[in-house]
Order: sequence, then structure tokens, then C-alpha cells
Amino acid sequence: MAIIEEENLVAAAAGVEQLVRDLQRTVRSGITKTEKWRIQQLKALLKLIVENQDSLLQAVFTDLGKPAHQVVFTELLTLATSCKLAIKELKQWMAPKEVPVPPLALPGTAFVVPEPLGVALVIAPWNFPISLGVDPLIGAISAGCAAVLKPSEITPTVSSILADLLPKYLDTDAIRVVEGGIPITTALLAQKWDKIFYTGNYTVGRIVMAAAAKHLTPVTLELGGKSPVYIDDSVDLKVSARRICQGKWSFSDGQACVAPDYLLVQESIAPKLVETLKETIVEFFGEDPSTCAELGRIVNANHFRRLTRLLDDPRTAEKIVHGGERNEQSLFIAPTIVLDVPLDVPVMLDEIFGPILPIITVKGVDEAINIILDLPKPLALYVFSTNKAVQERFVTETSAGTVGINETVLHVAVLGLPFGGVGESGMGAYHGKHSFDAFSHYKGVYHKRMEADADGTFPPYTSARNNLIRSFLTEDLEEI
Amino acid sequence: MAAEEEEDRQVLTKSDSSFFVEGIVRHLRRTVRSGKTKPEAWRRQQLQGLLRLLVEREEDISRALAQDLRKSAYETYIFEISLAVEECKLALKKLRSWMAPQKVAGTVATFPSSGAIVPEPLGVALVISTWNFPFVLAVNPMIGAIAAGCAVVLKPSEIAPATSALLAKLIPLYLDTSAIQVVEGGVPEITTLLQQNWDKIFYTGNSKVGRIIMAAASKHLTPVTLELGGKCPVYIDSTANLKVALRRIAVGKWGNNNGQACIAPDYILAEDSIAPRVVDVLKETIVEFFGKDPKTSKDLSRIVNQFHFKRLMDLLNDSRTLGKIVHGGEQDAANLYIAPTVLYDVPLNVPIMTEEIFGPLLPIIKVKGAAEAIAFITERSKPLAFYVFTTDKTIAQLMVSEVSAGGIVVNDTCLQFVVPGLPFGGVGESGTGAYHGKFSFDTFSNHKAVLYRQEVGDVYARYPPHTKHKQKIIKSLLTGDFLGATLLLLGWRQ
Repeated sequence: MAIIEEENLVAAAAGVEQLVRDLQRTVRSGITKTEKWRIQQLKALLKLIVENQDSLLQAVFTDLGKPAHQVVFTELLTLATSCKLAIKELKQWMAPKEVPVPPLALPGTAFVVPEPLGVALVIAPWNFPISLGVDPLIGAISAGCAAVLKPSEITPTVSSILADLLPKYLDTDAIRVVEGGIPITTALLAQKWDKIFYTGNYTVGRIVMAAAAKHLTPVTLELGGKSPVYIDDSVDLKVSARRICQGKWSFSDGQACVAPDYLLVQESIAPKLVETLKETIVEFFGEDPSTCAELGRIVNANHFRRLTRLLDDPRTAEKIVHGGERNEQSLFIAPTIVLDVPLDVPVMLDEIFGPILPIITVKGVDEAINIILDLPKPLALYVFSTNKAVQERFVTETSAGTVGINETVLHVAVLGLPFGGVGESGMGAYHGKHSFDAFSHYKGVYHKRMEADADGTFPPYTSARNNLIRSFLTEDLEEI
Repeated sequence: MAAEEEEDRQVLTKSDSSFFVEGIVRHLRRTVRSGKTKPEAWRRQQLQGLLRLLVEREEDISRALAQDLRKSAYETYIFEISLAVEECKLALKKLRSWMAPQKVAGTVATFPSSGAIVPEPLGVALVISTWNFPFVLAVNPMIGAIAAGCAVVLKPSEIAPATSALLAKLIPLYLDTSAIQVVEGGVPEITTLLQQNWDKIFYTGNSKVGRIIMAAASKHLTPVTLELGGKCPVYIDSTANLKVALRRIAVGKWGNNNGQACIAPDYILAEDSIAPRVVDVLKETIVEFFGKDPKTSKDLSRIVNQFHFKRLMDLLNDSRTLGKIVHGGEQDAANLYIAPTVLYDVPLNVPIMTEEIFGPLLPIIKVKGAAEAIAFITERSKPLAFYVFTTDKTIAQLMVSEVSAGGIVVNDTCLQFVVPGLPFGGVGESGTGAYHGKFSFDTFSNHKAVLYRQEVGDVYARYPPHTKHKQKIIKSLLTGDFLGATLLLLGWRQ
């Protein structure tokens, strides 16, 4: 259906207003509430992914240079799994759940009943441009919402193909794609949504929440931050190094919200670790990573310059122990390690979101935890240690969206785990049933029968009646 | 460390500077970082302290509420104290199970692994409470915050000043002041508080201020729970037993702080065949409950202050409303008294039908039936509560599925508040987030995901360079084709 162009901002804003009204009308009709409609849409989405694999992969390659198999594993298979899980579990997710009723409220029965929030806005980022838009959409559909998907303008080919394909498979009375940049996003954010789901950075996250505040719209914000890795001497360095290197560079070349951002290494193993990481980088990406197709590229010139500026900071540049090569033409920056930079250089202050890995030597767990606690709460925190006590210290003494023990990134595949941040790294979560929850309102429903009430229930309250009710309550409380 | 603590000690004396508030937040942050509020023992100790406060200070609490709202001792005991005691005892009983990590199965992509969802405190929370149930609506959120292991600053409502002062006096006597503080005051103090960086804000009040709170929270990406209000509709159809229904409605309306409650019935939609009878039975019920001269009834609270008294009188005195009064309407400004007042068939665009009433005025509107009632309600903002009186199960089910609200009660009013298994909160204009029971604990918690792996179990195929062979293995594994994956791994298939 309508792809709204940006040329005329006033017209665009008016178009968006009408769009929201149309979707509200669809929701009011009740069609999106039916299990049948939701399953139908989810199956259609699955079909879309399967039937259009090649063109979707080509689009991502055009925009980000990612090899096909990477996109298959990280985006398409993820979406297929997500769809299938929703189709399988939907009936259970939708079912009202009975809860016990305290004596004070007897006789009666009580239920928690999920219902769609209504019309949702999903704003997708550029780094996993298909899945990070469509996966939240799966949540919206399974919850019975209508939705607008705003793909990232930074991946225009993907945006375009989504805008082309979604209307062909899905119910356009309820699901739409709106393309565009800041002006159209601003117009979208000015509307009254029943839910906004945003994936991106914490600067825009604040803007999204401020816009949502005008309409009291609940938000899920999937943001980012500096996801630390701690590694101590109890581990097999080769195994750990592989998992860390894959997490850092294999998934979008460090441009992932859950990519390891920086490493805190116990001093006794620091030199050996650096050596092992260097070997692993070569093993994975070859002697000349600029020729390695696996690495994709930096998304655009803006981010390229941002990252090279981090590296060119004098107190950082002198600490490069591996990599550092760059090529602006091909938007390439080599997997780069900087060792023991001061904690107040730019690369240690903001989320890196690129292929630079600072390594900081620490004495042990205490120092590592203090460094982590001095920074905003991260989206992910990784601990490489076989010492259970050390693992538990990080789990209990730090706060993060997710903690990965002896692993990086792969927690995103465990759909029973809520995926989301805390503090600056975000609010709310999704994946699996959590996606359904993110777009639902859980309504409390209490049923009573029409039998007459005991006399003491109503005014005028004599002190005899008051005492009776009071003693009933006190007894009542003993049972809780 | 010592220097910082000294600085804070100097600042933690009453002064009306923002320095004071900043100092409190810094102090509480340090307490949270020290880990003091995390252990179950600390949380238990605080909850027990709160319980002792509620039990030992009943007289003080009754006196404050009588002063602020002319609440009867009975109403105070039922609504302000016993509900808080109930929540406290529930939290004490369930705390260990709420705190326990929830196991989550791993998945093929991470095999072997195990997962857990581990609740942890969000950190330093701000609880802003309101004036109508000034005690319980301050204490109940605090119970959740403490159970979750958070530090809390409570900002009680200045519109119930005796209760505010009492909370400020009692809380330091029973609770750990290094983690729990009370800040009294009005708009300037709230403004300063909202400028701080909180890990959670819990607000009870109206939607206008709710927007301001959420906007302030957005500057620090602070998650919020907003318990707001709106117009809670009642629908009565011809299958209802009117005597039973209207007693329950009347006590929900006037027995509940005289209509000044977020879940009080706001207006009634009555099926037109029974609408006149609804009016008659309602009048009888009001007389039965509050006597011929309700001013003399000990069971009716007063309007909280002159501002709200005038607001309510303006609703009544609108020219299009005045002629529709069918019962009550008497008032006494000096005593902040307005009689239980019923209106019949007011136009839909008058202020009493467009604004939340929050007082003892109850309009009754005729509707043809369920369909019209549903259309009426769903055209308007989603309410915090919706009450349906019918003995027709199909109609009840229809209402539950067609109307979105914070909560719905069939054949009663207000009681959803006392079922701890039900999330208490709004949707849309009536709010975001919920609490009561475990929901209180959850709303002040971060549900952190943890994935445990060991060093064994690496499939070499997962690592780059991803040759075609490796890709096939991964694909087989991820799509559940374990036979295929095994054959590939063994080299028996290419």
C-alpha cells in the first residue's frame, strides 16, 4: 500500500495521521484479536521469509556487505524460529490465567486476561535490518496488535524490499511499512500510539520516550552500551578467545548491541590472552582481514569517521597492539586491539559499536566489578571463568540486561530468556513469549455472583459491625 | 569515602535546597552500591519494621486521616491499614520464592547450556503518592520497592499534610534511613526530585502530571509505573438484581472516600428498560446507607479541600447539568461537604461527562443495551476499571473481551484491588505498569537473563571461516536436522 515519501513534510505528517486512524479502525473492528487472524499473519510472514530469501540476502549484502550465510543464521533463521514458536504457543499465550481469590473477596473467581495494546509503532535499526524490525513485528502480531514498521533509512535497499514485500503477504489493513528518515520518524513519533518499540541508541531512545510521554504511550527501548567481558586464569584461553572473537567480529563486525565492547583481563594471563586473541583473529579472518568477506564493513562514512577518531586519540593510538589498518573507500577497519588505555579516553567512554577491542588489565574480580559499576548498566555482560564463585559474584554484584557465562552473544538464541536492557541499556524485553507480553496489556478480571451480601457489608457501620468485620480481617490476615 | 559520608550527613538535615535532594540520592546510591539492600535478611527486616509501624501506630494513622479527609476510623482501618498489612505479610511470606531465579532451558544453538531469569533490584526508586488514600498508596509501592531490594525516596502528597508529616516522622523510626527516606513538599520539591537520575519512578495521580513525570523520566531513561485514573464506567442490564447491584455500586462510590478514588464508579450506563428503576433503587440505597441527612452520617468522608470542592460544584452548577439532579445536590462549603448526588440523563458533552469526577456525583445515562454500552465506553479513553452488572454469562463474557480497561469486575465494584494475583494498573490514559502482590516486586525489579555455559560443547563449525561445509552443519543443527548434522560432522555426507 502507500509508501509515504518525504518530499512534502506536511503531507507526510497528515498521511501518517490518517494511517494511524485507519489502523485504529481496524483494531476496533476486532479482527486482529482473533487467534485465526494472528496465525494467518504469522504463517504469511514465514512464507515471505522462505519465498524471498535470495532477494532479502541480496538487499542486506548491498547495504552492509554481509555474506549470505551470516544473514541466514542471524536474521532469517531467527525469524523463522520466532514465527514458528509463536504459531505453536499462541493459544497458550492468549489463554486467560486463573488466580486465587483471598477470603475477603470470596465468593468469586479471578483471571488475568491478555489483550492487545492496540496500534504499535516498531522502529528498526540498521545493523540487523530485517530481524530487528520483523521480530518485534512478530510480537505485535501475536499479541493481536496492528503495527507500523519503520525500517532504518541507513539500509535503504532493505527498507525498500520490506516496504515492497510486507504488503504482498500481510493484511495491509493492519500492518504497514513507512519508509524515511528523521522527518518521517518525527511525524510518526508525534502520533498517539498504544505502544512504541524502538531499537537503537540511547540518544534517540530518550527522544522516543519523551515523544511517547505526550500520549502516555508505553515503550520498549532496546538500546546498547558498553558490554564488558571479564576473563580470568581458570579458563582454557583458546576456547574463550574463539568465543570472544566470534562475538566481537563475526556478527556485524562489532556493530551489534550485544557485541563484547571491552575486555577486563586478570593480569596474570593478560599477555597470553592478547597473543591468543591475535592468533584467533588470524585463524578466523586471515592474515589480511581486508580481503575477508566474513567481516562485512562499517555501515557508512559517518560511523567510519567516528571509529577512526576513537583510534586516532593520541592516548589510544599508542596502545594499538593489533590491527589499526583502515580504508575509507571500502569502509574497512581491521579487527583492532588496544591494550591498557586509560579509562577516560573516548574509546572507553561511549559504546564502540565497531571492530575495536580495548583490553584492560585488572588485578581481579574486585577491580573489574568497580570498573563495570562506574559505567552505565550494560545490555550484556560476559564472564569467562570456570570458578563458580567468580561467576556468581558477577551475577549478583553487577546489573545488566543479560549475563553470559563462558559465552558471548548466543544468549539471543535462547527464546525463554527475556532479551532487553536496564538503565541506559534499555527498558522492557522481548523474544519468545516476552515479545507477546511486550505488546499486550494484562487485564485483571474478577467475577462475583449476584447473591445478596451479608448485612454487615454496608453502611451505616455500627461499632458492633465494625468489630465483626475487623476480626474477620485479622483472622483473614493470619491465613495469608 | 569518609569525606563523602560527612558531606552527606551535613546535607541530610532539613533544608529546602535542591542540594538536599541531590545529597539524599547520592547517599541512597552509595547504599545500593554497597549491596546492603540486596540480601533477603535486610528486606525482611524492613518489611517487618513496616508491619510493626502499621500495627503499633494505628491510632496516629487514624488521627492523621481524620484530619486530612475526615475518614472514619473504620474506613481507615479497612482501606489504609489492613490492605497495607496484607501486602506486607504477603511479601514476607513469598519473598524467598519471588527472589529465586527461574530456570530456563537452553537451546540447540547454545547446547549444552542452562539459563535462568534472576530478579535484581532496579536500584534507587522514587515513589510519589497521592492524597486520597494517602497512607496505603504510599506504603504499598514501598513494600514492592523494599521487597525488590531497592532504596526508596517517598514523596507523600502535600494535599494530605497530616499524613505526609506522619509518614515523615514514622518512617525513620521503623526503617533503615540509609536506604529509605521521605521528602515532603509541593511542586518545587517534586520538580527537584524529578531532575535526579532515578532507577525507577512510581507515580500515583492524574494523567496530566503523569505525562510530566514520564517526560522527566525520559531524560534519564528511567522506567516508570504510572497509576492514573479516568472515568470508571458501570454497566447494568435488565438481568441484574438491582438491589444487590446498587448496594455494591453505592458502597464502591460513596463508601470509598466519598467518590474520591481512582477506582470509584464514575458514571452508570443503564439499560433503558430498567433505568428509571435504577434511579429509584439507588435513591433508596443512599438513604439506607447514609440516612435522610447524609451530613450526619459518620461513614462519609469530606471533600479534601476548597479547590476540589469548587471543582465539583462547578461540575454540578453547569447549566446543562443542574436540571438533571434527581437526588442530593446539597452542599456546605465551610465543611467541605457535598451530599451523595445522582444525576439522570445528562448530555454527553458536559464537563461532568467529559472529566473524571472524583467526587460524590453519580450520573446515570440510558443505553439501549450491551452493544451501545460497549461503543460508548470504547469511544472514550481506556478506563482504570470497568464494572458490569449482569447475570447473563454471555454478556459478561462479551464485555470482558470487547472492553479494554485496567481491570474489569463483574457484579461488584472495587474488589479487584484486594486480589493480589491480579495486576492492579491502567492502560492507555489510565496508566502504564501494574502492582500488588508479586507485581509490586516485579515492577521494582530488573529480570536479568543469565546463560550458563561451560567450555565443552563447541562445534568447530560455528567459527569462521564459514566454509560451505560448516554452513551446512550449522544449518542442520539450527533447523533441528540432527541426523543431517551428525552425518556432516562425521564426514559421511558432504
